[in-house]
Amino acid sequence: MEKITFEQLQEEMYYEKLGNGLDVYILPKKGFNKTYATFTTKYGSIDNHFLPPGKDEYVKVPDGIAHFLEHKLFEKEDGDVFQQFSKQGASANAFTSFTRTAYLFSSTSNVEKNLETLIDFVQEPYFTEKTVEKEKGIIGQEITMYDDNPDWRLYFGLIENMYKNHPVKIDIAGTIESISHITKDMLYECYETFYHPSNMLLFIVGPVEPEQVMNLVRDNQNKKDYKEQPEINRQFEEEPMEAAEKKKVLEMNVQTSKCLVGVKSKNVNQTGKEMLKIELSVNVLLDILFGKSSDHYSSLYNEGLIDDTFSFDYTQEQGFGFAMVGGDTNEPDKLAEVLKKMLLDSREKGAISQETLDRTKKKKIGAFLRAVNSPEYIANQFTRYAFNEMDLFDVVPTLESITLDDVENAAGDLISEDRFTVCQVVPKQ
Amino acid sequence: MDVISESVKSMNGYNLHVVKTEKYKTNTLVWKMKAPLNKETVTLRSLLPHVLQSNSAAYPTTGKLRSYLDELYGATLFVDLAKKGEYHVITISVEIANEKFLSDNTPLLKKAFQFLSEILTKPNVQGNAFDQETVEKEKRTLKQRIQSVYDDKMRYSNFRLVQEMCNGEPYSLHVHGEKEDVDQITPESLYQYYQNALSQDELDLYVIGDVNEADAETFAGELLSFEERTPQSLPSGTDNGKERVNEVREEQDVKQGKLNIGYRTNVVYGDPDYYALQVFNGIFGGFSHSKLFLNVREKASLAYYVASRLESHKGLMMVMSGIDNSNYDQAVNIIKEQLEAMKNGDFTDQEIEQTKAVIKNQLLETVDTARGIVEVLYHNVVSGKDITLQTWMDEMDKVKSEEIAEVAKKVHLDTVYFLTGKEAGK
Repeated sequence: MEKITFEQLQEEMYYEKLGNGLDVYILPKKGFNKTYATFTTKYGSIDNHFLPPGKDEYVKVPDGIAHFLEHKLFEKEDGDVFQQFSKQGASANAFTSFTRTAYLFSSTSNVEKNLETLIDFVQEPYFTEKTVEKEKGIIGQEITMYDDNPDWRLYFGLIENMYKNHPVKIDIAGTIESISHITKDMLYECYETFYHPSNMLLFIVGPVEPEQVMNLVRDNQNKKDYKEQPEINRQFEEEPMEAAEKKKVLEMNVQTSKCLVGVKSKNVNQTGKEMLKIELSVNVLLDILFGKSSDHYSSLYNEGLIDDTFSFDYTQEQGFGFAMVGGDTNEPDKLAEVLKKMLLDSREKGAISQETLDRTKKKKIGAFLRAVNSPEYIANQFTRYAFNEMDLFDVVPTLESITLDDVENAAGDLISEDRFTVCQVVPKQ
Repeated sequence: MDVISESVKSMNGYNLHVVKTEKYKTNTLVWKMKAPLNKETVTLRSLLPHVLQSNSAAYPTTGKLRSYLDELYGATLFVDLAKKGEYHVITISVEIANEKFLSDNTPLLKKAFQFLSEILTKPNVQGNAFDQETVEKEKRTLKQRIQSVYDDKMRYSNFRLVQEMCNGEPYSLHVHGEKEDVDQITPESLYQYYQNALSQDELDLYVIGDVNEADAETFAGELLSFEERTPQSLPSGTDNGKERVNEVREEQDVKQGKLNIGYRTNVVYGDPDYYALQVFNGIFGGFSHSKLFLNVREKASLAYYVASRLESHKGLMMVMSGIDNSNYDQAVNIIKEQLEAMKNGDFTDQEIEQTKAVIKNQLLETVDTARGIVEVLYHNVVSGKDITLQTWMDEMDKVKSEEIAEVAKKVHLDTVYFLTGKEAGK
């Protein structure tokens, strides 16, 4: 077990790669009541085309299957795992993103028992035709719930506009039609491909004894017989650089219109420190342009083009990336035009001052301190960073190193007319 | 030793609550202003904190004010409104980095106090009025905020349930106020109301973090001082009478029906059977091991979400679920059966133990965040009680099976609200 110390933050973390390939991280947090643990596989909604172990042909699986599998892992022959966790005073949950599926619990007692329950339930799948059928009703209602949610439709509508082929454009839960094709055998095939310990990461944060917890995890894994698994082969089609569609307008049962402007990234194949630098530079750029202290924010707000739902965000993973800006507005077309112009103008020399950059870096450093108050943030973000070969604890030093050149380059690389797209939700006539 | 160590000190016009803890890398100040909910003031109150946070005398534009916060290592300023029983509570929070985790060790806590004092007591005022442009902008945003409830059907159906169920009671008012009352607010009337609120509301300041109590007291004493007052307090609780079943159906263009059911619990925070009510709610619908989740979701496959929650000061319980429009009868029947089962004592010791363990866990987790600590402690201000978290957990541990069934019998169905799609077949 390796000990890593972060002096400025006054934190310590423990790490070990187990014999079967599982990465285990433990971050003791004194003073907290709660222990939070996530057990995450590098498998999400985009991993729908792959070579199952021992097979020689690629398979394509129905949209929404990673999320479906997440639901089904909770069910066992003798009932569902929620019951087990609550008997042990824990609350359990899970989520599926584009690139990850995470299972988690938090508890203030019986931490070791809960940790075993977490590891064991994820490592012991139990799928039957009957329970798979039953789940279709439940997930069907989850899908319908999102169908009625204008913010979700707007968000996914924008991603759909950007991508022609990449599976990031597929809704994580799939559709009622796509999940109707899911069978127990498909679930097992996905499970066998993506749930090997060498594709997974366990993160534990809370008032724990690292030695003891590491021993528990090691013993648990040693009892299980995992064969070595070769690298996973995923396949993605070629994706054009430009946005697939320029604009989409969704009519929905709303009173206020919504508008998001998106920019599709062109360089999305970095990992590690290089990726961290780019990601943080883009985040700093967006904050400089649209943060509450920016001139743009004031002018948009003063003109009545935005309200307090206005937000911006940058997402980047292996193979895809995009920035988005927008919110509720009474003038969706005007807002789209103004935002595009603001983005394009930011590429001009001198558009960003050193003073603004310095202030924004300070703000981001403070935001990081605030974020690491949260065990959830640490576990989830650390995992995401690790899957991209980045280190969460490099954030502050990397922020400190960002120069005006970095931000100007980020603007130059990201922003381009042909990679813009707009999605709007407007009241149904 | 209690789980949270709160020290309370009476200051000029408010109480200062200090919770010292080393678990955070930031320090948090939370300012609370509480007054009875009523139609005349609800819209003014919901506008006020948004005007206060948008600028001030020293920082007369949002850009200047927010730039200053950025300079303070991204200190955050956040305002919020809530209904606690029949009270309307304004919350203004400032969170600031603890400099011991920064390479730059300039002390920051006092700056946070100065900033809070600046926005509360030195707003951007001309004569006897707030800055007109600011008020107009925030009025526009407030109207959009009120209107946006309609677009989020989960929030909308919950709001409509409360509106129907508590018709004629202040609790039926929306937390953001009434859209048609926004226009008549002027910079003068809002300023007048601001002065009233600062002189009459019940005021509390919470300071959470690795802070020295004496420092907090000194800063608060120097920077925040108001006239003494006797805050208005309302009788607690609750029932508007006997069991009634008010069924409301509303049609809209939605794919999923939203079923929201309201009950009167006849029990409020601090009542002897409040702890039994918490356990009751946990077995009935509060968690993913509860009867509602098991029977509506896992067995009948009718819903993705189905849960119940309590409003502790008003004495309400609300069940919410999203279902197919055609499954209304089946879902309502299953939910009614589960409540009957609770009244008949049809639950096991294991369900009780499980629920107690999970509630205890939830409470302890809540106080791992600064905001959670304030929420837990503020219950005592709202109710005028003095219940520590430890007492809370000890009392809940003692709850017996019969007491849960007894409290279940006090829970009366009031209103069933269903937001249904247009092509709904029954």
